[in-house]
Amino acid sequence: MVYHTNSGPLSGPIYRAISSLLKNNNFMSKKILFIEDEAALQKTLGDVLEQEGYKVIKALDGEAGLKAAQTGIPDLILLDLILPKMHGFEVLKALKGDTATKDIPIIVLTNLESMGDIEKALELGATTYLIKASYTLEEVVGKIKKALGE
Amino acid sequence: MSFREILEQLNIRATCKQYGLGMWRCPQFLFLLMGSVIIITALVTYFLGTRYVADPGTVSLIVLVLTVILFVLTFSITRSLEGLAEANRLKTEFISIVSHQLRSPLSNLKWALEILVSDRFGKIDGKPAEYLQILSDNTKRMGELISSLLIVSRIDQGRLPIHNAEFPLSDLVKEAIAEFKPIASASNIEIVLETVKPNLPQAFGDSSQLKIVIENFIDNAVRYTKGAGKIVVAIVPKKDRLLFSVKDGGVGIPKEDQKHIFQKFFRSGNVLKYQTQGSGLGLYIAKSIVEKSGGKIGFKSEQDKGSTFWFTIPIAGR
Repeated sequence: MVYHTNSGPLSGPIYRAISSLLKNNNFMSKKILFIEDEAALQKTLGDVLEQEGYKVIKALDGEAGLKAAQTGIPDLILLDLILPKMHGFEVLKALKGDTATKDIPIIVLTNLESMGDIEKALELGATTYLIKASYTLEEVVGKIKKALGE
Repeated sequence: MSFREILEQLNIRATCKQYGLGMWRCPQFLFLLMGSVIIITALVTYFLGTRYVADPGTVSLIVLVLTVILFVLTFSITRSLEGLAEANRLKTEFISIVSHQLRSPLSNLKWALEILVSDRFGKIDGKPAEYLQILSDNTKRMGELISSLLIVSRIDQGRLPIHNAEFPLSDLVKEAIAEFKPIASASNIEIVLETVKPNLPQAFGDSSQLKIVIENFIDNAVRYTKGAGKIVVAIVPKKDRLLFSVKDGGVGIPKEDQKHIFQKFFRSGNVLKYQTQGSGLGLYIAKSIVEKSGGKIGFKSEQDKGSTFWFTIPIAGR
């Protein structure tokens, strides 16, 4: 998963050729964990992200999401706040409190829009806070790419 | 209030029925009853006081009884007003919850339609594409209506977030004009920004909320201009304020409707003839935002001649 920072023997033109070859392959594509209880939303945004070349792992509740993050270590996490079993804030806190997952960028994607929720999410370490109703799908994809440094 | 209006107001049974309240829970009826008891108390006190002065004990007792009746009535009125206030709070909370609940399915719809319209997974042509556009436009409309309802419920709960800061008002206005230019030119309407004075001072307010107000003014001007026309937008400094205005030559507002124009859900009778769309929330929201930002809002209008809507906003650092 660290091909883009590799500076060992596989560097320079050979590395670039191999990595561009592998980029469109699931094996090397970046992994996004999508924690969201709305199946319809997982389908729409998930399909578009897969079309963009990402590998999307889906979790339908907070607990499953946290477990998937700890076992799979994704490159980015999309996190809803109102989730069954474990609230999004608790998932965020647990992820940021674990050395294995604390550096993964987390985009909170929700329809909660009170200043209190936004401040709390950012305080807990979320990279970005997006209100679903305020953005188009393309804008969300743009924000995800930005958070991935693309 | 004219005498006739007072009489109409006194049609208590109908009023209480309209509010869905029983007579003993209806403030109008209870107030009338209390007024009558107060008058009776005064008359009885006078009558007894002049005739039975020799027995002050009896007089005091009767006055005491009447006072107790008054006390009970006042208590009932307070309770009935509390009930109304609670009903109002529940209504606001209801709007807030319903709007939030509607947002999730609406986001799903919006994004799924966006994918179909964008041709990401295959092109859709001809009639199906037209129907798709209808779905997409109306989903957008529904989203805007829900956003308005949420803003209104926040205003009513006193929770509208206002984050004041310095900002260039002219930039905000230019952005809003650019947004409306395509839809205006489609109806042969020209939107003109009057020459803005160079070195216009920065405004002080919540730019994202004030943008809603600016868009609302321009949107109304475009909506209610019949056929071709010109809309003039202006920003001028006035003492320690900036005055923003939007002037149109549209249908105008009838005199009798003018006093209601900033009321929630109010829509003027003449606009309903031309435009059935609209929630009657825009100007109510606009007024709340402007006043919370420390400004004033107003308008001048004449039916069939047009309207000028304006607001003022503090200049930064003054």
